[in-house]
Amino acid sequence: MAIAEQHNSTQASGDTSWHGIVLQTLKRNEIRLIPYVPDRVLTPLIKNLHADAFFTTFATAREEEAVGIVSGAWMGGRRGAVLMQTSGFATLANTLASLAVPYQIPLIMFVSERGTLGEFNYGQSLVCRTMRPVLDSLAIEHHTITRLDELEFIVDRSIKQAVTTQAPVALILSPLLTGGKVFEK
Amino acid sequence: MNNTNTKIMNRFDVTSRLIAKLKQGEAVIGGIGNTNFDLWAAGHRPQNFYMLGSMGLAFPIALGVALAQPDRRVFALEGDGSLLMQLGALSTIAALKPKNLTMIVMDNGIYQITGAQPTPAAGVADLVAIAQGSGLTNSAWAADEQDFERLVDQAMSADEPSLIALRIDDKPGVGTTRRDPVQIRERFMHGLGVREPL
Repeated sequence: MAIAEQHNSTQASGDTSWHGIVLQTLKRNEIRLIPYVPDRVLTPLIKNLHADAFFTTFATAREEEAVGIVSGAWMGGRRGAVLMQTSGFATLANTLASLAVPYQIPLIMFVSERGTLGEFNYGQSLVCRTMRPVLDSLAIEHHTITRLDELEFIVDRSIKQAVTTQAPVALILSPLLTGGKVFEK
Repeated sequence: MNNTNTKIMNRFDVTSRLIAKLKQGEAVIGGIGNTNFDLWAAGHRPQNFYMLGSMGLAFPIALGVALAQPDRRVFALEGDGSLLMQLGALSTIAALKPKNLTMIVMDNGIYQITGAQPTPAAGVADLVAIAQGSGLTNSAWAADEQDFERLVDQAMSADEPSLIALRIDDKPGVGTTRRDPVQIRERFMHGLGVREPL
């Protein structure tokens, strides 16, 4: 019943695309600060976040920097989330292990998944294999979202769990959900 | 290098001078190692945050605090080696233009804590010129302690982000921060008025 109600809330806002659901779920959970390092797949989400005055959305030079910013903001009373690509996540092991996890910061990460289901860049497919082992080794909660009908439930519940348990979470957006990036001649 | 006429100061001394000026609950983020050791030694304040890792993130963390609490002044203390790890953060801050953020760089040209090895920038790069080139136009070397205090006073009333760089000696930090990350974070949140103690 609860799930059905949540779906109705998003459908009422009109946009049932994956990025529309992510944006609305961020808003409903008062996640206002969105630093990111861009990714082709994330482009419509980033564009719509920029267009919505509810959010403070901006690019950072590195993913670590974005994690530092949302960590500081959370301690100052403002919620944020970081958007990145698989290869960007791979730069974060030290920051996760020395900032987000030991200081118990509810770091919310959205990772657009490259490196699988049709990857054309060997480097991307290799670095992708490091992502889940790093998350598992630090016991960080993570979910790979493959289905549109599960997206709002997973994102909404994961944000709430991160905040209430003061623990990071990684939400991995699979090509099955987003379409991914494919080789174009 | 435009800093050759600047006096070589001491980290603990200038940190103590900064803390003595803070009367309005200003937040202070202390970068990894000696930088936060001297912040700790200058006298714990509930609005101090001490980093125990994540080298280079003092400015980004301070930017987050500054964005979350625009009415509170936020200071970030960072070493030259740490800043070199995250130079891109200067451009991010320049682009966002937080009015309430002051960055202080303690430049001794060495990784003091790991055995005093010179940084790659030592003697060749000018950190203030890098900051200015990154878009932080309000960046300056402090000529001596009095000039540092003057620059801090200016930064306190500025309506753009400020960066103050100092040449410091090769001395280690005076104290050692208690390495309890959860307590550091929780006390900081109390100090910022985000939470009440249990």
